[in-house]
Amino acid sequence: MKYLDEYRDGKLAARIVDEICRVQTKPWVIMEVCGGQTHSIVKHGLDHLLPQGIELVHGPGCPVCVTPLEMIDKAHAIARRPNVIFCSFGDMLRVPGSDGDLFTIKSQGGDVRIVYSPLDCLKIARANPDKQVVFFAIGFETTAPANAMLAHAAKQQGVKNVSILVSHVLVPPAIAAILSSPDNRVQAFLGPGHVCAVMGYSEYEPLSRQFRVPIVITGFEPLDLLQGILMALQQLESGRAEVENQYSRVLGRDGNRPAQDLVLSVFEVGDRNWRGIGTIPASGYHLRAEYAEHDAEHLFDVGQIATRESEICISGEILKGNKKPHDCPAFGKQCDPQHPLGATMVSAEGACAAYYTYGRHLEQADKLTSINFAGAA
Amino acid sequence: MCLAIPGKVTELYEQAGMRMAKVQFGGITREACLEYVPETQVGQYVLVHVGFAISTVDEKEARRTYELLEEMDQLTELNAPVVDEIGSRREKP
Repeated sequence: MKYLDEYRDGKLAARIVDEICRVQTKPWVIMEVCGGQTHSIVKHGLDHLLPQGIELVHGPGCPVCVTPLEMIDKAHAIARRPNVIFCSFGDMLRVPGSDGDLFTIKSQGGDVRIVYSPLDCLKIARANPDKQVVFFAIGFETTAPANAMLAHAAKQQGVKNVSILVSHVLVPPAIAAILSSPDNRVQAFLGPGHVCAVMGYSEYEPLSRQFRVPIVITGFEPLDLLQGILMALQQLESGRAEVENQYSRVLGRDGNRPAQDLVLSVFEVGDRNWRGIGTIPASGYHLRAEYAEHDAEHLFDVGQIATRESEICISGEILKGNKKPHDCPAFGKQCDPQHPLGATMVSAEGACAAYYTYGRHLEQADKLTSINFAGAA
Repeated sequence: MCLAIPGKVTELYEQAGMRMAKVQFGGITREACLEYVPETQVGQYVLVHVGFAISTVDEKEARRTYELLEEMDQLTELNAPVVDEIGSRREKP
């Protein structure tokens, strides 16, 4: 309860929690998809406020986490080249590849730069015409309009020395993959608010119908999350399965059409490999053929990259909602944010990193398990 | 990293054919591309993700969200270097 007292809307939060307790009659498993939501839930201890029968599991919506090791190694191989200026969002720099991270490459003389916006790469390219500027374009649908604009503007403005290493993933195919898994436990989803600010939420409606699963598009403030949980619970308890929008003050059903149009003119949907999960069909974006001259995967032949993931790490099972960080023997021991073994520890938005940051590795694993799983068996 | 940060549009201009703005986030002002919310006017609030406004929000929502992001220590992307400072020529609005 200590987190609730600290929260400025504590009284309203307590009222929503009371209503959740009143409505809940059976055990349910609810997954929040977005890494920002996971971070907020763990930071504010929201999962500890819920009645015992409601278990929150943490989904695959952390783009840094699910970027495959092979892609990170590819990025590093490009960043090590002497004629390259390698640009990235800040949170990719600490992610270890098979041999060090981007900070290591920078310290060894590589020209690695953190950018605020993908458009910064155009300015860097113009100022360095003798270099190839490569941008590591990772992200979900929220980031796709920004990354697509870099390719579009580079082509339109004739800035030849900019290319993009694309590792873009999409939320709805990941939800479908989780629900299609024979060992799936997830019964309702909190959908990702800012992804839907771009994409709208109509594409979640067929998923909800096909799998008979409630999906509540939810913001990331504690009150948003508690309200999203309540809305999902009300659907579960009454046998409804539909898409609802908790975050209507920010987004509508259609999302941002100009952004969607540009994204689809630059990218096409194709298969993507998700770290910890594996290949999910039609689950990501690739640059269209018209943009081949700005596609770093075409421009740089880095040869075959062989990677080996940790054999202990259970991040794939965590990302699918089947396991929790405490179920992993390495959590908080061999594996921590400074020495991550797998997907869910490499970024602050990963479930394991969030649990670690807020001290949960110090708590008794069996006590937490009894809180989270009681009644669900 | 999918979090978008709300800020107030203080200046509009064009850069290399693109609609751009100065956006104020608390005490920090940064550049944002407005191509995806082209109707936005000075004084309005926008949600900005990696330098791109993706939607407009009202002032109350903007303030709430900004305070929460600050509380959650989720504003680090605003501290990424300004490209002008690392050797590129400045394109004046």
